[in-house]
Amino acid sequence: MTRRDDQRTGAVRLAATFLRVGVMNEVQYRINFFIQLVQSLLTIATGLTALALVFSHTDELGGWTKPQLLAVMGVFTMVGGLIRTVIQPNMQRVVEDVREGRLDFALTKPADAQVLVSVRDVRFWQLTDVIVGLVVLIVALVQIGDSVSARDLAVFIGVLLVGLVTIYCFWLMLASASFWLIRMNEVQELFDGIYRAGQYPVGIYPGWLKYGLTFLVPLAFAITVPSEAVTGRLTWQAVAVAGATTVGMIVFSRWFWRRGLRRYDGASA
Amino acid sequence: MTVSPNGSLGAESKTHAMGSMYLTLMRTSIISQFQYRAAAYFYMIGMVVEPVIYLIVWSTIARSHGGEVAGFTPGTFAAYYIVWMLVRNVNIVFTPFGWEWRIKEGNFASQLLKPVHPIHYDLAEFAGGKLVVIILWLPIALALSLIFHPSLHPSLLQCGVFFLAIWGAYLIRSLVLWALGLITFWTTRVSALYEAYFLAELLLSGRLVPMQLMPRWAQTLSWAFPFRWTFAFPITALTGPISERELLEGLAMQALWIGVGTIVVMLVWRRAVARFSSVGG
Repeated sequence: MTRRDDQRTGAVRLAATFLRVGVMNEVQYRINFFIQLVQSLLTIATGLTALALVFSHTDELGGWTKPQLLAVMGVFTMVGGLIRTVIQPNMQRVVEDVREGRLDFALTKPADAQVLVSVRDVRFWQLTDVIVGLVVLIVALVQIGDSVSARDLAVFIGVLLVGLVTIYCFWLMLASASFWLIRMNEVQELFDGIYRAGQYPVGIYPGWLKYGLTFLVPLAFAITVPSEAVTGRLTWQAVAVAGATTVGMIVFSRWFWRRGLRRYDGASA
Repeated sequence: MTVSPNGSLGAESKTHAMGSMYLTLMRTSIISQFQYRAAAYFYMIGMVVEPVIYLIVWSTIARSHGGEVAGFTPGTFAAYYIVWMLVRNVNIVFTPFGWEWRIKEGNFASQLLKPVHPIHYDLAEFAGGKLVVIILWLPIALALSLIFHPSLHPSLLQCGVFFLAIWGAYLIRSLVLWALGLITFWTTRVSALYEAYFLAELLLSGRLVPMQLMPRWAQTLSWAFPFRWTFAFPITALTGPISERELLEGLAMQALWIGVGTIVVMLVWRRAVARFSSVGG
């Protein structure tokens, strides 16, 4: 193995260890599971009510039927849960650490700083959203009635992972912006606000917003494309665009992160 | 520091002192909000998305049904949700979730030493922030108007009532959420309760959709809660359709809920503070 390969497997092992410790930490507080579950159920109740209201006045929305939109809602909830489990807590911690001058502690460790800051926190119980979203998705698929083949399922998981990577890159860029901007507390509100747009397929939005939600904030790849995969709407062009954009975002976000890092001069330590 | 002004001042100078305290707190809050304009804009952009989604979804439905759904056209939906944004922003008050932090940090203890009821600090600080919010909202509203073409033709009376109603809504929401937040003095496992409260508010206030699009039973149910007077009423006061009678009724209902809220806050506060103990702060 070359030295580069060594580093890569090292990064994976490091991430796995950190995630395991994070999960063990969270599992100590079991009552939080029920609190999170209630919250997930209330959130999905909100979404379902909104959907019911929409479909009390119409039969289809921008070419999507009710069960199809229900599938989108399921994916939206699942992806939201995954983001809040691993991506958001870590990226917010970067923002806080930069402001407080505590990022030094991560930077002085003998591992890739980007890997390290991306795996320090796990909000394990946020996975309740993934469970609830999955249930909604399954109900939707049963209502649609078409059988989902193993191939569809594999494609779904594949594009879902690609979508999550784009969201991670996007959050990394947001977090890196904190090297320039001091007060970023509101960045989470910003993301949460924009994320809500993903509960409908981006195709229903007017052009400027559709492209914004595809290339600026990549919700299309994280939610709409996987939803298309399970509702038999996915085109190969969409997969190709998603793949190319993801590669571009990985490269760009890493470059942006390192540029920000060069600006950082810690105040503590 | 002089001694507590409570006993030594007459009623008139007391009101005067309270007035100047409000002005000072509001000014400080305006300055600090302006200090962090970028943060304030981040916050507002996040908030723009919610009404824009509703607006696009409902305009799409209206267009696919011959241009109208339950009396709303894309233009009146646009007016509703653009005004919605301002009302929503004015409606933001100290969150009940914040009480846990206040109590945990123990810095609330110093508030108790001051001779004025602590709710006045929240009311003044958040009210000051609203002036910044309104200024920041104007360009966003202008941009959205150019995109979505709202049809908005308020009368002079409607404008006047709207101006009063947004502050009425602000007071109702401040009082009710303050009272709700005080539950934290008894138990900290309240987040699920708050979430349920906000869900009920979302559905019964006119925040998700205008009241006219809700099922009948939900519209009737909404009369039992303060919610509709904090969203649907101020918005509809400006956008219409609304009769003069409904305008005045709305203000009266707001006054009623402000009264109820004040009484509840006073009663709960007295009990809550009796339970409070803290070290340091």
